[in-house]
Amino acid sequence: MIIKQLSIFLEDKVGRLAELTEILAKNDINMSAFSVADALDYGILRVVVGRPELAAQILKEAGYSVKMTDVVCLAVPHQPGGLYKALHILSENNIAIDYMYAFASNVDSATVVLHSDDVKHLAQVLQDNQMELVKSNKIYQV
Amino acid sequence: MYWNENIECADRAEMQRVQSERLSNMLKRVYENVPFYREKLKEAGITPDDIKSVNDLHKLPFTIKQDLRDNYPFGLFAVPQNKVVRLHASSGTTGKPTVVGYTQNDLEMWSECFARCATMAGVSNHDIAQVAYGYGLFTGGLGAHYGFERVGASVIPISGGNTKKQLQLMEDFGSTVIACTPSYASFLAETVTAQGIKDKLKLKIGVFGAEPWTNEMRSYIENTLDIKAYNIYGLSEIIGPAVSMECECQDGSHIQEDHFIPEIINPETGEVLPYGEVGELVFTTVTKEAMPLIRYRTRDLTKLIVGKCKCGRTTVRMAPVMGRSDDMLIIRGVNVFPSQIESALMEVYEKSPNYQLIVNRNNNLDTLEVKVELTDEHWNSEVKEIEMLKKRISDNITSLIGLHASIKMVEPNSLPRSEGKAQRVIDNRNI
Ligand SMILES: [Zn+2]
Repeated sequence: MIIKQLSIFLEDKVGRLAELTEILAKNDINMSAFSVADALDYGILRVVVGRPELAAQILKEAGYSVKMTDVVCLAVPHQPGGLYKALHILSENNIAIDYMYAFASNVDSATVVLHSDDVKHLAQVLQDNQMELVKSNKIYQV
Repeated sequence: MYWNENIECADRAEMQRVQSERLSNMLKRVYENVPFYREKLKEAGITPDDIKSVNDLHKLPFTIKQDLRDNYPFGLFAVPQNKVVRLHASSGTTGKPTVVGYTQNDLEMWSECFARCATMAGVSNHDIAQVAYGYGLFTGGLGAHYGFERVGASVIPISGGNTKKQLQLMEDFGSTVIACTPSYASFLAETVTAQGIKDKLKLKIGVFGAEPWTNEMRSYIENTLDIKAYNIYGLSEIIGPAVSMECECQDGSHIQEDHFIPEIINPETGEVLPYGEVGELVFTTVTKEAMPLIRYRTRDLTKLIVGKCKCGRTTVRMAPVMGRSDDMLIIRGVNVFPSQIESALMEVYEKSPNYQLIVNRNNNLDTLEVKVELTDEHWNSEVKEIEMLKKRISDNITSLIGLHASIKMVEPNSLPRSEGKAQRVIDNRNI
């Protein structure tokens, strides 16, 4: 239910991002989803990968500042209003989302990665409202 | 308790009378015996008779470390070799070492100064003093050794290193005083904690010096070893340890100013600054026979504190050394030391982080950028966390030095890891 996301501080966005993807590829670690949060002179790469603990260790050894954060992955069907329904539930429950990003996982649905202050509560509310969360064993293999 | 109450608690007029008399005698001696100083005074158009009192001190030319190197090894000695009974030398990481010589009277004076310092820290003939400064060319070991002997303490001349033996003797002999560098004291404290032997020790006083240390280090050592930790200051060119020492008030270090007259100068212009202002510390040794120094620039930055101390002593005190004058930057007319930036960072970071200062000039306006390595403790996954960290650092710097600095966070271990201005500061202003 709770997914481990890696956040990586990137001082030089383009060059270091290329290096990082190369390191993961060389170590046979699959990236399922990623987004780059862009600040003025640095970026934060957020990524969901297969074998997050190993990936974090490898990246730390390569000199990156790496943090592991809990997130929720929500399956959103490819149909009008799919995302709206989920966000409406969250707003009804007064849950503020710090950030989110999406990736296409198969033909029928997209996966949306969500982070809030209290990720457990976030997951619980979504489940109570019959929203479909992607399980960790599935997501790490996407 | 005072070692020499007459001089340590003398009134200002008496101290100045002693200083003036000794200054005048010293100038006559060097003028006669040291060609280097004779030439220098002639160049400045001064004879010893022009210096009537300590108030004329500012008329004399400065002496710098390079002068010692240029006159290597014995060129600045004011006595014949048969009067010199001891030689010490600095390690000399760049170029030739600097050599200092002592006559029998110089060693007497040094022991007297150290005995005053030891007494200030509460050391007496009831104590067992373990001297873990290095013995040898370095002045720390022998300086502490003879000083503690002078007050009648039982001295253990164990020298530096060999922590296992240090702790064994500390326990077996019941050492009550430890003298070493603060970093070695920290290491001893860690080891004592790790081995759980604190209760077997009788330590109560630490006399630490020869390198700068922070208040955090002091609290750590004091709390871990349950001792009172005192800073002792000195440099081999002047005499070695015991130029100044903290009393129990720990509010600045009392300078043995009847032997070493202090001044604070603006390191850029050489102009003497009033008491209380921060600048470069300068000493004139007025009693040393073998190698007197006139207005020697220590390159240490500090300020002088005058007025009677709560301990009863009237000697001028110096604040803890804030940095080296070589490291000073002037940005928009404000004096900035890398050590100030470091203390601003220490309010946010647990351990001193790696940082770099970059100074630029855009449209005649100086700008300061501070690059700091990001550490894991400060963020989780959000931009706002890093932006808040930058704001905290920037606010701390502004309140400490009164200048705005733009903060750039960089990846861990991406900045050069070294002490000294070369790596810490990049000044692109070409001025
Ligand atoms: Zn005092």
